Amino acid sequence: MPELLHRKLERTATGFMLAIIVAASVGGIVEIAPLFTIDETVENVEDMRLYTPLELAGRNIYIREGCYACHSQMIRTLRDDVERYGPFSLAVESQYDHPMLWGSKRTGPDLARVGGKYSDFWHVAHLTNPRDVVPESNMPAYSWLARTPLRLDDLGSHLRAQRSVGVPYTDDMIANAARDAFGQAVPDSEQATGVTERYGEETQVSAFDGVTTRVTEMDAIVAYLQVLGQLTKAAYRNTAAPEQPPNPND
Amino acid sequence: MGQLTTRERDLAASILVVLAVVGIAMAAAGRADPLGVHGAIVLLYSLALLYLIMSTSFGPAPDPARVSRYYDDPIKVGVAFTLFWAIFGMFFGVWAAAQLAWPSLNFDTAWASFGRIRPAHTTGVIFGFGGNALISTSFHVVQRTSRARLPDQLSPWFVLFGYNLFCILAVSGYFLGVTQSKEYAEAEWYADLWLVIVWVTYFVLYIRTLARRREPHIYVANWYYMAFILVVAILHIINNLTIPVSLGHSKSYTIWAGVQDSMVQWWYGHNAVAFFLTAGFLAMLYYYLPKRAERPIFSYRLSILSFWGITFFYMWAGSHHLHYTALPHWVQNLGMTFSVMLLVPSWASAGNALLTLNGAWHKVRDDATLRFIMMAAFFYGLSTFEGSFLAVRPVNSLSHYTDWTVGHVHAGALGWVALITYGSLYTLVPAIWKRERMYSAALVEVHFWLAVAGTVIYVFAMWNSGIIQGLMWRTYSEEGTLTYSFVDSLLAMYPYYIARTFGGLLFLIGAIVATYNIWMTVRGVPVAGTERHDDLPLVPEGAATGPAE
Repeated sequence: MPELLHRKLERTATGFMLAIIVAASVGGIVEIAPLFTIDETVENVEDMRLYTPLELAGRNIYIREGCYACHSQMIRTLRDDVERYGPFSLAVESQYDHPMLWGSKRTGPDLARVGGKYSDFWHVAHLTNPRDVVPESNMPAYSWLARTPLRLDDLGSHLRAQRSVGVPYTDDMIANAARDAFGQAVPDSEQATGVTERYGEETQVSAFDGVTTRVTEMDAIVAYLQVLGQLTKAAYRNTAAPEQPPNPND
Repeated sequence: MGQLTTRERDLAASILVVLAVVGIAMAAAGRADPLGVHGAIVLLYSLALLYLIMSTSFGPAPDPARVSRYYDDPIKVGVAFTLFWAIFGMFFGVWAAAQLAWPSLNFDTAWASFGRIRPAHTTGVIFGFGGNALISTSFHVVQRTSRARLPDQLSPWFVLFGYNLFCILAVSGYFLGVTQSKEYAEAEWYADLWLVIVWVTYFVLYIRTLARRREPHIYVANWYYMAFILVVAILHIINNLTIPVSLGHSKSYTIWAGVQDSMVQWWYGHNAVAFFLTAGFLAMLYYYLPKRAERPIFSYRLSILSFWGITFFYMWAGSHHLHYTALPHWVQNLGMTFSVMLLVPSWASAGNALLTLNGAWHKVRDDATLRFIMMAAFFYGLSTFEGSFLAVRPVNSLSHYTDWTVGHVHAGALGWVALITYGSLYTLVPAIWKRERMYSAALVEVHFWLAVAGTVIYVFAMWNSGIIQGLMWRTYSEEGTLTYSFVDSLLAMYPYYIARTFGGLLFLIGAIVATYNIWMTVRGVPVAGTERHDDLPLVPEGAATGPAE
């Protein structure tokens, strides 16, 4: 009987097509739709801050260079992940990440909590030639980042586009995007003060690449790396015990 | 393009003029951005095609008898695109693999660093090689199994050249640093929009051909091609919903964020495997295997079971990419459960293929082309088993983030996708060029062994490195501290990375051999009096020459 039914179905192209659409839609709808409504999907935390324009620019460079192909930003709830990298990642930590950069491969280590772990100077040396600081590394050198000036004039449009997909940037932040990006990388400038006013006292204002006369792509990417895991302290307050991996010696 | 009518030539020229204007607009709006370079590429591409069209515009009108034959010209160009993208994609794969062993092989240039050539490799192979193979074989299969000519002559060209423009924009974008970082969907918003237009045309073309069919039933291969075209459209559109920074920027921000974005991305990512790399290539299997083995498919019921099983179960499986992450636990478990159940329809297909060969095993021994197809079915069974296995949470805790996953996808990509493609090409090329056989059966044999050796070396290297890596990360000393640093595990990988490069190189050499063999076949002379069964006219001599509708 089902075979006869199918013989009928495969005589009508439109019917067959509709059947494919129905069969293929169920799984996606069941798994994706609830994620937007269920309250527990993303935790509610008070201290979550936004990326500054400089950090966002750095994030875009991270994306441009394909860093996500080798570095994950998702610490799993496994004991060895937690001991190696820090508290496991919470959904809220990527709440404003368009797109998320959880990654799928660790040719290099996870970077979800790399912020604050090394000095700016270490990051610059590492990006200029990774083997100078980690002799065994197989990471490419990104020395040209320090020579390439960062494009600042369009950062306002970037923030505006981010706001249209749901990141709560204010008009003030959008209007001052280029100024704030400059100020964050040039601590002694008058533009520097606005950054902490708009993005919080925790925001790191620093001559990331060591040169204070101009803002380069190196400034941006180091600023981004230094804020990874620092947008909220929620993960450190989370006391849930990590899951134990199966013991290979058992 | 010699068969295009005057009206079709005019229409093609108008489309290309519009496209050229779009190119100029993109170049002007994006002059401070990589978008400008892409505008120039669009302009040059449409001008080159416009030149081709114009140079034939005063040619003689096409032969009216053509409508009683199949339309194979676009397939021939599609085969050429397939062979080009295969070598391109695999070359960048070998290069990327070599960079992991010898990082200075990017020669200190930005465009050739690992993060940029890796998507060039994956896009070149999946969309360039795989996509062109799917489009060309689907044009071949749908006409033969429906006993109907494609409904018009312009839309197949639009699909083919439009699709390749997408591939060019995507790959050149990665070299320029244009990427949205969503794995296997890295192309930016304007290329994605263009692909939607191309894909809708493809779908309409396919449905129109089926509507003209002279067979009561839609043959199994077409079920899979339809599922491939339809579901890829759904996946592509939903995963690529973005807001561009401005119309002058190549950069855009995806509307999904964080945990929802991760689910949408891997729902897309896993089902690109399901409907691009599985359904489409199963369509090839269901046509070229019975054709080459000269035996009917073993079981019609198994075909039905596996088709609907794959169409239904796969869409649930994407979340197994996100075990132990911040994605809610229930979704991870659903993904795992359905991934395990997926083994049933997958093995139904693989088993159906291998059982079809019962009674034809002597042909497998003698005919390397059939052996390509047989080996592909074997690797399909192997990698779907591995896929279900890796989706189990505790196994995934070891394998995730390691090279084991890389080995798994290459067992599928090399062993299944590429082998079935070459098996199909070796069947298709002599058929549409009306040659008696391939130029050299010995070279098909050489290619087979290069491909199998390359795949086995590659996959074993990655299995080893992945499992070692995963075990090193979780090994604890007597005192309860982690025994190895991350760098220790990286150091242990180097020998395997070199082995992997070697395996990939063998596979690349095989692809070059295949291209040479196909080129020489095409250059040969058609043998007179060997009109093949599947090239016979659609309607009996003396009947009306117009379309039957």
